[in-house]
Order: sequence, then structure tokens, then C-alpha cells
Amino acid sequence: MTVHAPISPVAGCSDPVREPAVVRQRGQHAVFCGLTGIIWMHRKIQDAFFLVVGSRTCAHLIQSAAGVMIFAEPRFATAIIEERDLAGIADAHEELDRVVGQLLSRRPDIRLLFLVGSCPSEVIKLDLSRAAQRLDKRFNPDCRVLSYSGSGIETTFTQGEDAALAAMVPSLPAKAATSPASLLIVGALADVVEDQFRRIFADLGIGDVAFFPPRRSTELPAIGPGTRMLLAQPFLAETARLLEARGAERLAAPFPLGVEGTSAWLGAAAAAFGIGQAAFDAATAAPRERAARAMARYRPELADKSIFFFPDSQLEAPLARFLANEAGMRIVEVGVPYLHRQHMAHDMGLLPAGTLITEGADVDQQIDRCRAARPDLVVCGLGLANPLEAEGLNTKWSIELVFTPIQGYEQAGDLAELFARPFNRKQRLGVQLPASATAPAAARTGGAPCN
Amino acid sequence: MQLTVWTYEGPPHVGAIRIATAMTDVHYVLHAPQGDTYADLLFTMIERRDRRTPVTYTTFQARDLGGDTAEIFQSACRDAHQRFQPAAMLVGASCTAELLQDNPAGLAAALNLPIPVVPLELPSYQKKENWGASETFYRLVRALLAGRATAHATAGARSERAPGTRPSCNLLGPTALGFRHRDDITEVTRLLAALGVDVNVVAPLGASAADLARLPDADFNISLYPEIADVTVRWLERTFRQPTVRTVPIGVGATTDFIAEVIRVAGLDPAVAERVIPSRLPWYSRSVDSTYLTGKRVFIFGDATHVLAAARIATEEMGFTVVGIGTYTREFAREVRELAGKLGVEALISEDYLEVEARIAELQPELVLGTQMERHIAKRLRIGCAVISAPVHVQDFPARYAPQMGFEGANVIFDTWIHPLMMGLEEHLIGMFRGDFEFSDSATPSHLGAGHGSHQNHAAEQPGDAVVVPAALPEPVATTTAEPPAVAAEPSPFVQPVPVMPPAATGASIIWAAEAEQELRKIPFFVRGKARRNTERFATERGVGLITVDTLYDAKAHFGR
Repeated sequence: MTVHAPISPVAGCSDPVREPAVVRQRGQHAVFCGLTGIIWMHRKIQDAFFLVVGSRTCAHLIQSAAGVMIFAEPRFATAIIEERDLAGIADAHEELDRVVGQLLSRRPDIRLLFLVGSCPSEVIKLDLSRAAQRLDKRFNPDCRVLSYSGSGIETTFTQGEDAALAAMVPSLPAKAATSPASLLIVGALADVVEDQFRRIFADLGIGDVAFFPPRRSTELPAIGPGTRMLLAQPFLAETARLLEARGAERLAAPFPLGVEGTSAWLGAAAAAFGIGQAAFDAATAAPRERAARAMARYRPELADKSIFFFPDSQLEAPLARFLANEAGMRIVEVGVPYLHRQHMAHDMGLLPAGTLITEGADVDQQIDRCRAARPDLVVCGLGLANPLEAEGLNTKWSIELVFTPIQGYEQAGDLAELFARPFNRKQRLGVQLPASATAPAAARTGGAPCN
Repeated sequence: MQLTVWTYEGPPHVGAIRIATAMTDVHYVLHAPQGDTYADLLFTMIERRDRRTPVTYTTFQARDLGGDTAEIFQSACRDAHQRFQPAAMLVGASCTAELLQDNPAGLAAALNLPIPVVPLELPSYQKKENWGASETFYRLVRALLAGRATAHATAGARSERAPGTRPSCNLLGPTALGFRHRDDITEVTRLLAALGVDVNVVAPLGASAADLARLPDADFNISLYPEIADVTVRWLERTFRQPTVRTVPIGVGATTDFIAEVIRVAGLDPAVAERVIPSRLPWYSRSVDSTYLTGKRVFIFGDATHVLAAARIATEEMGFTVVGIGTYTREFAREVRELAGKLGVEALISEDYLEVEARIAELQPELVLGTQMERHIAKRLRIGCAVISAPVHVQDFPARYAPQMGFEGANVIFDTWIHPLMMGLEEHLIGMFRGDFEFSDSATPSHLGAGHGSHQNHAAEQPGDAVVVPAALPEPVATTTAEPPAVAAEPSPFVQPVPVMPPAATGASIIWAAEAEQELRKIPFFVRGKARRNTERFATERGVGLITVDTLYDAKAHFGR
């Protein structure tokens, strides 16, 4: 199945000067599945519970991804499918009803339960939407029950959030057709970032602003033809499609990373609400200036350094745009799990001409390209980071970019710092690795190269 | 279906990955969707491995399901062989691919690769991680020794060791992601060297495929971790008539027994035992400062090997009282039950974390010896804890040398276990002086996280004891309602069925008088939960509605220490 695709630009763009080069590959991926989104979603919607219907692998995955959060009692769990469920000894739907009953009796505080489909539940065609409807009838109004799939055969990493939000869209109340325009921010943001944006929108004079997902599942924003929506995250294709079907109008903008992205993102809202340049400047001048000052500290550490992105969260293109335009970094390759051309259009348009974007790259071939390019910094998943560090490459864990507040003016400096820290660390560490630890792994063991 | 919050073991293919990763030149082609690649980071992050996990995941997608997932698997095998040039290849399916029934064994065989290809049948919906590791090691050893096994069967009895040659053995069982396996190997190798025994092969950790083919060269095997090695050593016993040393040398007594067993199996002069540097534990346990350890109530939970060893150390070498033991290793449940019977306690055989939490809450031990899971439970319940077993955490791969096995391992264990108790004692001493202006009950106990001492942190960390009580002032009981903690520990409805520390959790029928509540506070925090529970039980049993200072002491007299 591995296609040895030549790494050369594929044609098909309207503006050959600005359009980056996109290469599509098919091969082995090293990306999380959509279940992983539960890790931040269950923290965001504080009265929601995520019940994965899957295997022991699913339970182990979420637990491994959650890591340190074990200190808290999690609002997620797995209904582990066992041999008797597969053999038909137990009726899977009856079993699920029993497990949900058990769960909700232990957690009467839960107001929204997601049944989350997995690879095994999809393959055995366990109909979770039917189960959700049945259970919703039983537990509503105390608890709503919805379903979505976070399976790795259909979703990558951040698409899990898209699927969860899309499942919530039908339950959003309808807005009266005559109601005045309102703004909906779509995509989970840290509470602190939401609050910052809320203040800026208030300063801009946009009064009716809601965030989706809400912090509590009972505080659902109303939606209708008067709704203008801004996507805060670059992985919400299905959610946006369903919101548009309910009358919302998507405001096209780059994503709110860095000063440029945040200004353009806020600017799209300002334009849609008829706010003039002077009012916009008045509302944003102070945080813009602060952000530029915070950024300035890191620019010398990042400028002219080369950077290589392995695919992970879909944030790669907006991050590359931020690092190229605001930090002066040189982009070697931007790996993305998949490319949503429409939502990504603004960020891609702002990338330096000819930037190489690879979609769904074969991980082994991408490692070959990365080794050949010897970039100054590699953005990659945790499975690759230490092995690449051991080869002398600087790395930045991509998953941190999903768990850390990075959007908006006040976080622009923090975002730059995340990329500057590996260089900072390298500069500080004078301690030498012992010779045995720096030799290539194969040489150490005397075996064939195994990485 | 089973409702699972946290699991002690991963799926069986993760066990197989632990074997492949432990070895130097074995590659595993796993028919699996992309999400299963999470397993890589267990090794690169928890164990800080500097190499990629030697696993190729086929990462088939939904759109492939109607088409040819078998072809995807075959090309993955071909590509992996070409790219990584392993000496042997494991092939198998994870839970999702198992449902596709693509037959990885047949597909791989059809490729006629020029290396041994070992198919793995790991039933994901029945078995778990350690079983998968054990099965993988066994299949791999059998496959790589197939030729020699046949030759040996015709050759007959095992030849005697030539006079004057040193005996040699294999150390079997250590894997990647094992609890202190790295250092145990070093310690046991040193110990054997002191006895005059050579190590032929350590496997699977650090071994090559060619090393496995040399296993029969050793005079005997040592099964260091029965969860992983037991099936394999039994096969080696049957096939090559290699005897096995089965004593797991964790603790002073067990190490002494291990040495005796090695001397017997290797036919050595018993006097060589004196060449081993002894442990400090026996003297440290007798030293007068250890008096406070006597009779400490401990609860033990983990994998069977470490639980059995810990129970012996706890009772014979530390003078603790074991109030409960349990394991998540169902394969060795019988051994744990037997020991529990001898100790007069009930064994908890469970992989349900909530059940373990409930048992600890009920028993209110003074020390928990468990896994990282129990560490979190103990922290919530404000009980000291030392980690003795997998599942592992990044903290279980310390930079320092920290074996569990051998006499040095016993030294490490002594230090590790008394640390939380000693810290508890220090906290109590501080508590005794809390009327002193320099001390206050709101200071964060130094053994429970960084001592920032801010009251806010304190409240967030310890829901059960989040109240500042200025000792000089009469205490209004009404203020003892703990604030629901913030992010670090959200209110835990899962543990509500077992009321533990918070006064709020007490049944409505029993009220604590203010003086009694005040008196309770004078009891060291690490036994306060037990005292509260016992007093309330005492009151309930006697129909006492209001707990006074007298009730508290009546209960104390009734229950003893």
C-alpha cells in the first residue's frame, strides 16, 4: 500500500505564487485516534461523561494519554467489549444499558453522556446512535445521551472533538429568524482564552457572543440564520457543516494563533458586524502591542531556524504560518493528517510560497526526509520525540500544542516560547552524553539497524 | 461488557510489544488501526527509550475495510523486512484486526521471507498484557529453537558439565517497561558472579534472536518474573531438561533462599554463599529507631510476583501486620489466595480499580504497598504509599540504580517503604506542636507534594482535612465542611459508597460533639481516618447518637490500636 510518491508539488491551484505545494501519500501513520480528544473534552464540558464502547486497548490508550490526570476522578470510562459480547452470549445492547445504568447511578451529577464508538464497535457494527436514542428516552431530562465515533479507522486525533461537537449540534436550540446577529465561537478553548476573547468582543461592541462547546452541557447556545460563526480550531469540518446547515454563516479567517492570526480572526468578526477600523484598533491596540512585545523576546531565538512538522493535530499549517511570518522560521515540511482546503485556505494562503505540505504521510518515508533535511527543530508526536532527540535533532512534542492555551494575543508569546524552549535547553545543557549513549543504536547493540 | 475506569494491564499485543522492544533485532508487524500507535509512547516516554519501538502498524482505515486489508498487511511485512532487516519477525493482529480475520499467520507465511516469522494468536477480548508477553516470549523461543529441540530429542540425556568449568544459567523474564527489570538484571548477575555462576543469556531484555537460539547452552534457567517466563521455562525443562530456579530473590529471606537454590541446582559448595555482600535491612529493622514500624498495618496490591515477595518482607523483615493483599494477575491468583490464607486475610483478586479503592478505604491501612494506581488512591485517602509493582510510570525508571532483587534490592526496598512512614511521623510531630506559632495545620504536609504551604493548595489537595483550626480557639464544627477541591481532585462520586474521611460523609444519624471533633484532631492524621471510622461504627452499634470525648475513648478501648 505504500506509495512511493515523489515529493514534488501537485498542481491545481488558482494562485501559483501563493499556493503551497501539497503532496498526498498513503502509508503507515503514527497519529492518535479520535478517542484522545476525550482528554480535553471531558475537562471542558464539566458535566459531561464520555463512555467509550471499545476494547481494553481503547481503555489503555486513553489512560496512557491522560497520564498525570489520574489524580482526578475521570469523567470518562470504557465499557470493555468481552468475548461473550462478540460470541453473542450476551446481547451487546442489553450489556450497554446495564453499564450505563451502573455508571449513572454512581454519577448522578452527569448531565450529558456521550457513548463513544471505537474501532471494534464500528467493525462489529454496534449501533451506538440507536443505543443513545434508547438511553436518552430512559434518562432524559436528568441526563441527555448522545453518541459519536472516535474510532481510529475513521478519525484522527483532533477529529474526535469534531465528532463530539457535531453530535451536539442537533440539540442546540433554534434562534428566532428575526433575532439580531450573534457570534458563535466554535471549538474548545481554555477558559482563560475564552474570557480574553469575550472581553475583546465586548470592547468591539459585539454583545451576543457564545462559545461552543459550552462549559456546562445545559448552557447550549441558540443557533439560526442570524448566527455568524468563527472557527477557533482547524479540525471542525463536520461541526461547521452541520452548523451551516442550520443557518449559521462561517466567517472565513486564519486561525487565531499569533498576532497576525488573532487580528485577522477578530477582524473577520468585526467586518461581519460592521465595526470600523478605528473601533477595531481601539479595542485591539493594547493587547496587540503586548503580544508583539512578548513575541519580540523569542524572535531572535527562532529567526532563520528551520522547522519540520510531522502530522498530528491539524494545527500544523496555522502554526507554520505563525512561525514563518511572525518568528521568521524556515518551513521545511508541514505534515498534516488530512487537509481541509476550505477551512485551511487563509492559513495556507499566508504560508511562504512553495511551502511543502504533505497530507497523510507515510511515517517511515517522512522520517527519511526529516533525517536528510536535518531541520533545526522537529515537531512530532511522543513516539518519535526521544528517538529523534537521540539522533541529535531538537524536538517539540506536538501534543503539548493541543493541551496548552496557545490562541489569542495574550498567548502569542507563550506559543513562541514553546518552540524556543528546545533551543534554550540545548544552549544551557553543557553536560555531555556518554559515548555509549550517543552512538547509533544499531552500533551499540551490534544488530541490524532497527529504527 | 465491563465498566472500566483505569486498567492495570493493557491488551495482550502490548505484552508482545514489550517483548519485541526488549530485544535488539526482532520486529513486530501488527495489523492495527492508527490509534494503536499510542503504544509507542509508553516506551519512548515512560521508559525514555531512545529508539523507536520496533513495530510496524498497518494502520488500515474504514475505507480499506471493503477492499483488501490483507494486501495492506502483506506489503507492511515486506516493507518492514526491507527497511529494518530484523533477524526475526513477529506478526499478529490487535483487537480490531482480530475481528477482520485476515489471518496474519498465513499471509506472512505466503511471503516466504528469509527470516523466522513467528505468528502470534493473542485473543484481545479474553487475555491481557502479561499473558501476551508470556505467550510471545514462549512462541519466539520455540520458533528459534525448533531445530535444536528436534536434535535434542534424539540425542537423549543432557550431558554433564565438564569438571572445572563454571556453571552457567539464563535469566528469563525481564522485558521492556518492566518494573525495575533493568537494575534487577544487573544485581542478580553480580550476585551470581559472586557465587561463581556465569550468565549465558538474559532474555528477552537486551537479547538478540541469536541469543535465544543459545538458551540450551546454559546449565539451568532462572525464572525471574514468572508472569513472563513461567511458560517458557517449563518448555525448556521438558525439551532440554534444563532445571529451573524458581525462587524470586526479592527481600532478604527470598534472596537467601535463592542463593541456596542456585547452589543446589548448580552443584556448588554451600560456602560460596558467604561471598555475597549481605543486606543492611536485618540490622536496620532491629535498630531502635525502627520500633515505630512494628505492627504497622499494610495493604499490598500489585502483580503476583511482587505482592508475594512484599508480603514476606512486610511480615518477616519489617514487622508489619498485613491487613490485606491482592493482585490483578489472575494467572497467579491461587498463590496469592494461599498466602492470604496463611496471613489470615482475604485476597482481593481483581482488575477493578474501584474495588481496590473501596477495599483500601474500608481497611484504612497505615501504609499501602501497591502500583501507581494505589499511590493515587492512597494519596486521596491520605495514607502513605510505596510503589512495588507495575503498571509502571515514568517515576519507576529512576536515574539511580534501584533494583528490587538481591541484597541491594532489599536495601532499596527498606528505604522506599519506610520513607512515607517516616514522613508521616514527622508530620505528626509537627502536629503535636501546632499550637506553636511556627506551625499550623494549614501547612501542606511535606510528604504530600511540594510544600508551598498556601492554604489554597492545601484545600485543593486534601479534601478530607482542608480546614484551618487555630488550636487556641474553640472550634466551630459547622466550619469543617471541606470545600469541593478544584482541578486536582474533583469530588469523587465513585468513592461515595464508601464514606471515608470527610465529616460530611458521615451518616446523618450520628453527630460529633465539638469537643470530640477537637479531640479527634489531636490524633495523628494518618490514623485519624481509622479512628473516626471505628468511633462511628462503635456509636452506631450501640445506638449512640452524639459522639462525645468519652465515646471516642470508649471506642479506642474497644478496638485497641
